[in-house]
Amino acid sequence: MNRREKVDKPLNLQVEIAGITFKNPIMPASGTFGYGEEYAPYLDLNSLGAIVTKGLSLRPKAGNNTPRVCETIGGMLNAIGLQNVGLEQFIYQKLPFLEQFDTPVIVNFFGNTQDEYGEVAARLDELPAVAGLEMNISCPNVKHGGIVFGTDPRAAFDAVSAVRKKTSKPLIVKLTPNVTDIQVTARAVEEAGADAVSLINTLTGMAVDVKTRRPRLANTIGGLSGPAIRPIAVRLVHQVVQAVKIPVIGIGGISRAMDALEFLIVGAKAVQVGTANFVDPNAMATIIDELETFCREEGIEDINDVIGTLKA
Amino acid sequence: MKNHKTIVLSNQEISPGYFRMRILAPEYNRLAKPGQFVMFRVQRSLLPLLRRPFGIFRAGFMPADCDTMPPKEFIEIIYKVVGSGTEIMQGLHYGDPIELLGPLGAGFDLSLTGGDSIMVGGGIGLVPLYMLAESIADPSRAEVLIGGRTRDDVITVTEFERLGVKTFVSTEDGSLGDEGLVTRVLESRLEKKPGARVFACGPMPMIRAVEKICRSRGVQLQVSLEELMACGVGACLGCVVKGEGHTNDNPSYLCTCKVGPVFHAGDLAWEDTVSADDCECGADR
Ligand SMILES: Cc1cc2nc3c(=O)[nH]c(=O)nc-3n(C[C@H](O)[C@H](O)[C@H](O)COP(=O)(O)OP(=O)(O)OC[C@H]3O[C@@H](n4cnc5c(N)ncnc54)[C@H](O)[C@@H]3O)c2cc1C
Ligand SMILES: Cc1cc2nc3c(=O)[nH]c(=O)nc-3n(C[C@H](O)[C@H](O)[C@H](O)COP(=O)(O)O)c2cc1C
Ligand code: FES
Repeated sequence: MNRREKVDKPLNLQVEIAGITFKNPIMPASGTFGYGEEYAPYLDLNSLGAIVTKGLSLRPKAGNNTPRVCETIGGMLNAIGLQNVGLEQFIYQKLPFLEQFDTPVIVNFFGNTQDEYGEVAARLDELPAVAGLEMNISCPNVKHGGIVFGTDPRAAFDAVSAVRKKTSKPLIVKLTPNVTDIQVTARAVEEAGADAVSLINTLTGMAVDVKTRRPRLANTIGGLSGPAIRPIAVRLVHQVVQAVKIPVIGIGGISRAMDALEFLIVGAKAVQVGTANFVDPNAMATIIDELETFCREEGIEDINDVIGTLKA
Repeated sequence: MKNHKTIVLSNQEISPGYFRMRILAPEYNRLAKPGQFVMFRVQRSLLPLLRRPFGIFRAGFMPADCDTMPPKEFIEIIYKVVGSGTEIMQGLHYGDPIELLGPLGAGFDLSLTGGDSIMVGGGIGLVPLYMLAESIADPSRAEVLIGGRTRDDVITVTEFERLGVKTFVSTEDGSLGDEGLVTRVLESRLEKKPGARVFACGPMPMIRAVEKICRSRGVQLQVSLEELMACGVGACLGCVVKGEGHTNDNPSYLCTCKVGPVFHAGDLAWEDTVSADDCECGADR
């Protein structure tokens, strides 16, 4: 077969998760892509599988003191503290911009209490411009001594159940990797009614300035992201795919199509790109291009034929 | 605002530890405004991972390689070697591939340069002031106060002189110009020109001292700040400073990369106007 024939074959990159159709399996990770508008000058938002917005809470949230970010080898630590404009401002100031694109909008959200989670979900449920919800359970439960919802399977189950009662929109639950057995949490949220899970959120980490002997983040501890975490993320996605029947979205250290393909092969139906957007604002467009090239070169006609094809 | 995959044109050490790099930068003469910056990708590998922010020193044109081609547009940045990224940068040569995201941020408010202007630059903080000086219609009414720890930290004096701007040099060890802090020079210049507007960029202790001087005299001040940045475009919220009136209950966080890096001093929360805990500008970096 000559090269020309290969190129002309139609190629399907479309995937479906929880009733949402994604043009391709590439979308931004929450908190690394603002509200979309920040990156619109650099990248066609219509080319993305979806747009995932910065974590949203009922009321505006201030966030942590600075320094909030620092670079580490092959990655970065952040302790932004979930600063966001709050639900109402999001609806009136940020969402209208996103509505103009032919790309599903997935709204990432969190709460400080189980009730707050429910309230945000109920409000988002009313908005036709929102295609789906991504529930971040990597935040402390202020009613229960600040234990992170996602590290306690019981609390995770309860919170997801509460949200499930308030929304009929596709519900993706975003898992934290900072647990002993991620399969337990994954099963708990599946049982509570999640339509899909996404993982991983950042791994907790810390860095010290040896001259001042102070932590390099004002918050002391932060979340590690970037290429450095990818092998851990691939492993965790692999384990979660074994544990649940609902679709899985892979996240962690993806900067190239080859990285995304690792996740797809272990069974993720789509992936999110985070820190790589900071390194190259055009990263997702490049990944989509590279993915097409890869499929054409490998004679793959449908990206779905790659998903979950890990060999022993 | 664009990401250019481009090349280094030249890279020279202008003072021990300080380099001046010229970069091929289409469109920057038209787009770049005084006080704006670029996010510089040191090399196309994943190390170092994040881009480094640098102020635009100036933009210009240089002759093309052959007569039939249009002149080349470039920008210059001046950087101090301080860590892993700038260490790699000092080894770059003509033709080396790099990436440039920009021009970014909001620059100086040029509507305030009509009367007497005093620019205050500490060390590398002089960088964004050059384009500002270039933009001033009547350079004879502008002066620049250049401060450094030692003579090695005093850069680009002749460039400012060539613009017709009066220069005052001071070093903390007295190795060049007056001995002492640049803020002392500012106080004496403000005695002479009480109605001047002040534009400052430099280390945080200097900025804070300049702000106090200007506030006590009712002098309008704009400052250019540095914060740790990951994205440079307002997406990560890593680079925030606290705005005027910030409290924990009613937070006001401004992105240095988007609202700044240049701020009207009155728009920010300063150490002695809010509790130390609430004040970003008090961070001692
Ligand atoms: C708007 C803006 C304009 C700047 N303009 C200039 C300039 O014209 N010339 C110049 O020499 N420097 C400038 N800086 C500072 C410059 O960005 C840092 O010196 C540089 O990033 C250090 O990189 P490194 O890898 O050598 O240091 P490392 O310490 O190894 O860097 C580690 C991380 O910290 C960040 N970082 C370190 N120091 C600073 C700092 N002072 N400000 C912000 N981030 C920092 C780096 O970007 C990197 O992400 C500017 C900073 C900002 C925010
Ligand atoms: C600066 C920053 C902010 C983030 N904010 C959020 C957030 O608001 N909500 C959330 O669920 N995840 C947030 N994350 C986590 C990312 O969405 C992603 O899970 C993580 O960074 C791993 O992917 P990466 O290695 O591709 O960056 C944030 C990450 C970074 C770096
Ligand atoms: S550097 Fe990311 S918001 Fe300013």
